[in-house]
Amino acid sequence: MNLTLKIWRQKDAQSKGKMVDYKVTEISEHMSFLEMMDVLNEQLINSGEEPVAFDHDCREGICGMCSMYINGEAHGPDRGVTTCQLHMRMFKDGDTITIEPFRAKAFPVLKDLVVDRGAFDRIQHAGGYISVNTSGNTQDANSLPISKHAADEAMDAATCIGCGACVASCKNSSAMLFVGAKVSQYALLPQGQIEATDRVKNMVAQMDLEGFGNCTNTGACEIECPKGISLDNIARMNRELLKANF
Amino acid sequence: MSGFFKSSIGRKYAMALSAFFLMFFLLQHFAINILSVFSPDAFNEASHFMGTFWAVQYLLQPVLIFGVVFHFIMGFILEAKNRSARVVKYASNNGAANSSWMSRNMIYSGLAILGFIVLHFIDFWLPEINTKYIQGDMSGLLADGDGFRYYEELTHKFVNPIRVVAYIVAFVFLSLHLMHGFSSAFQSSGVSSMRKEKLQLFGKAYAIIIPLGFIFIALYHHFNH
Repeated sequence: MNLTLKIWRQKDAQSKGKMVDYKVTEISEHMSFLEMMDVLNEQLINSGEEPVAFDHDCREGICGMCSMYINGEAHGPDRGVTTCQLHMRMFKDGDTITIEPFRAKAFPVLKDLVVDRGAFDRIQHAGGYISVNTSGNTQDANSLPISKHAADEAMDAATCIGCGACVASCKNSSAMLFVGAKVSQYALLPQGQIEATDRVKNMVAQMDLEGFGNCTNTGACEIECPKGISLDNIARMNRELLKANF
Repeated sequence: MSGFFKSSIGRKYAMALSAFFLMFFLLQHFAINILSVFSPDAFNEASHFMGTFWAVQYLLQPVLIFGVVFHFIMGFILEAKNRSARVVKYASNNGAANSSWMSRNMIYSGLAILGFIVLHFIDFWLPEINTKYIQGDMSGLLADGDGFRYYEELTHKFVNPIRVVAYIVAFVFLSLHLMHGFSSAFQSSGVSSMRKEKLQLFGKAYAIIIPLGFIFIALYHHFNH
């Protein structure tokens, strides 16, 4: 198929960017979106132009690196997939596809489609862990009784890959689905209880410090999340913060 | 505790608490207004009680005014912060793909409701305060002393078709606001998930029935007086 791409080009973090039009031809519907971008970049390199910078790593929907906003949706029009899992069969011959970086004040653009999602790392560092000495005397995981329901919910929360699609999709650039998932995965398990108070307080404080917006429960994050992280995690985080303060 | 209400989530709790209070107030307001359709005497009695009982006037009324003002101001503060969280807007954004119009436009439905409240205050609240606390007439009686004045005042207001249309438009916006706001308040306060079907259904029913009821009252008095 032949496509017109409207892509955000920005030289570096300080430069002002703009949308630039490109044509790509003979794109197979079996290609992934990133493979289509590879074709474009080869075309640009061959013609002596600067290739489009974009984040990618595993290309299996696991690492959370790819991050494009395609035709007005994070990771494009498909559901439950990252950009690397998005296939060109979702588009038609002759389509114009708009490709932008994830937009949020807390996710500054570094170059073209690459944004700095270090804010997520700093939120994690603020409390998204448990302090356990794992050197030699690791306790058997099965020695702690955990209900199947809690284990399943914690696992569901832990599937968050921190891609930032929630922030990108939210009209308020809120990071509450991400933080809610990271708080929940520990709040649901006995190992997370000891540091629960400090964890939620510190992670929420860091989230606010980074300049993310507030959640207004539109639910856009849950729909666009490639891992289907539930809004229940935001409600749980809110309860955890209430418990931690009163 | 003060740190809690400075946090983004604490503010959402405060927003939800004021919303719960306002939704309860709306229910109570409707319960009294609908009496005007079935029994002018019952409506007069209830209005006189609400308008003169000290606990309502000096405790609940200030709390209500605070609740309304707080909900609006906090709504504007949160909206401003949310807008500032995305400096460069998307060239292409498909909001309808993942969220409802109501959820994305709470600020606009809220502004329409604010406009209505200003009209409503000029229509009912200011004349009421003038009669009771400036002129000092706490009797609740008509000028000729022949019965209570409340029902007469209510029906008189709905003679004007422009006012009736303004009320209908405002209640449509109130319905849109509640369509998202009801379940959103529960979600924000961590009580339950907005995806819980029964809560969603109850919220939708509340968001349709209450505003529709107010519209019915306005139309009923317009066409019957």
